Amino acid sequence: MVNHKIIAKNLNLWYGNSPCLKNINISIPENAVTAIMGPSGCGKSTLLRVFNRLNDLIDGTRITGEVLLDEQDIYKDMKDVFSLRKKVGMVFQKVNPFPKTIFENVVYGLKIHGWKDKAKIEKQVQKSIIDVGLWDEVKDCLHKNAFSLSGGQQQRLCIARAIAIEPEVVLFDEPCSSLDPISTAKIEQLMEELKEKYTIIIVTHNLQQAARVSDYTAFMLLGELIEFSETNQMFTTPKDKRTENYLTGKFG
Amino acid sequence: MRKQKELIGLLALRVSILFAVISFLAILIFISIKGFKVLNIGFLLEVPKDGMTKGGIFPAIIGTLYLSIGTVIFALPLGVLSAIYLIEYAKHKGLTKTIRIGVDALAGVPSVVFGLFGLAVFVKLFNFGVSILSGALTLGIMILPVIIKASEEAILAVPKEFKEASFAVGATKWQTITKIVFPTALPGIITGTILGIGRAAGETAPILFTAVTFYQRLLPHSILDEVMALPYHIYALMTEGTASEYQVPIAYGTAVVLLGLVMSINFIAILIRIRGRRAKKW
Repeated sequence: MVNHKIIAKNLNLWYGNSPCLKNINISIPENAVTAIMGPSGCGKSTLLRVFNRLNDLIDGTRITGEVLLDEQDIYKDMKDVFSLRKKVGMVFQKVNPFPKTIFENVVYGLKIHGWKDKAKIEKQVQKSIIDVGLWDEVKDCLHKNAFSLSGGQQQRLCIARAIAIEPEVVLFDEPCSSLDPISTAKIEQLMEELKEKYTIIIVTHNLQQAARVSDYTAFMLLGELIEFSETNQMFTTPKDKRTENYLTGKFG
Repeated sequence: MRKQKELIGLLALRVSILFAVISFLAILIFISIKGFKVLNIGFLLEVPKDGMTKGGIFPAIIGTLYLSIGTVIFALPLGVLSAIYLIEYAKHKGLTKTIRIGVDALAGVPSVVFGLFGLAVFVKLFNFGVSILSGALTLGIMILPVIIKASEEAILAVPKEFKEASFAVGATKWQTITKIVFPTALPGIITGTILGIGRAAGETAPILFTAVTFYQRLLPHSILDEVMALPYHIYALMTEGTASEYQVPIAYGTAVVLLGLVMSINFIAILIRIRGRRAKKW
């Protein structure tokens, strides 16, 4: 039986007066990779940003329905948005390390959440960097600026920053769109490893990527969730005509 | 015909830039020639002597330094905090617009008006007297718009991706501002502040009634003492006293020092800006 980490029920979202998400119902399985795909502007990034309430930063965002994380409504039951974001980390489309050292980037979340013990902090930083497969590349230059790394390394550093605070869910918003194929392959492999510990949701408009990395796939179109099923099933026998048209490249 | 127009246009551009460069060089050379005679180490390190006809300008240099430092201590935190509030917190569009217009208007107020304001408020009302404190506060208010504008621009230039990344690990707005936004914006803020100091150091009118004295043999002991200052020293040498044949060269010498000081301040600002741009990789 699949355990569902995040459940959205009758979710609607507006930016001002324009509807962005229309009656979304989706259950995200735990310890699996769920891909959300669809053409640009279909609301997939917006849906992703519902799960850590990053949409709250945009004035005029309005939301109805329920979003449950482990049966807790993240909009009503959780005491604040900061403890939600501690549980739900995020990696962004634009590779965005802070203009600080490699070490400071990873330690940032720990400091935010009040970690004080130096030895523990160092251990956790090391563990996070090892987990993203970056340790051998950066262990001698932890105090160099993060921008001295290559794009792919920077993105893995951003993943280390996200997992350092031991979230339960990690959101990836088109994490490879600015990376070369080799870096992309590394990130994809990393997701495969990370799903043992974390529930992973990745937004992508790259069909092959969705097929390669995900266990489940959601297909969105114009703010609606058209289809959601196991990735194998969706790519071989899509139920909806629109999904089939998208997968066969009739539009994109 | 089209080619001729292009030539004429280019000529106009060249003449304009030439005029600007020549004016700047002319000031530099003219002041230097006139002031060069009196310039030596003693001029920088001695107090004025014999009714301002001999000696140096040491107290005026120190006074300008004190006033500048006081100005920064007052205006920098106030300006930065205002900018942070305007950009990150002020929700009400109409209110922020009004505040911005107010700040712009403040930037356009003639400096002598700041002087009168300082006299009425700091010297008289708060009873700080003619002092470093009154002068620094007056100059601080004068350069506040410069610092607010520079800080606002620097804060706006911080990529929103940095802020999002900070929020995404669970940081509060205040943590994000103090740990990410402010440090990232700091080089820009410092550059703006230094340019503001350059302006404050060279002004006469705001300190005329609030801080300066014509002659002081001893250096000030507290922030409630009055001081000598370079720009006012020039003004005083040219308008007061009787021995103009001795005073005028000293005035030009003082002008060289003031010019050198202000130009070095601006140069430091430019250096910091260049370094900041080079370090900026996003």
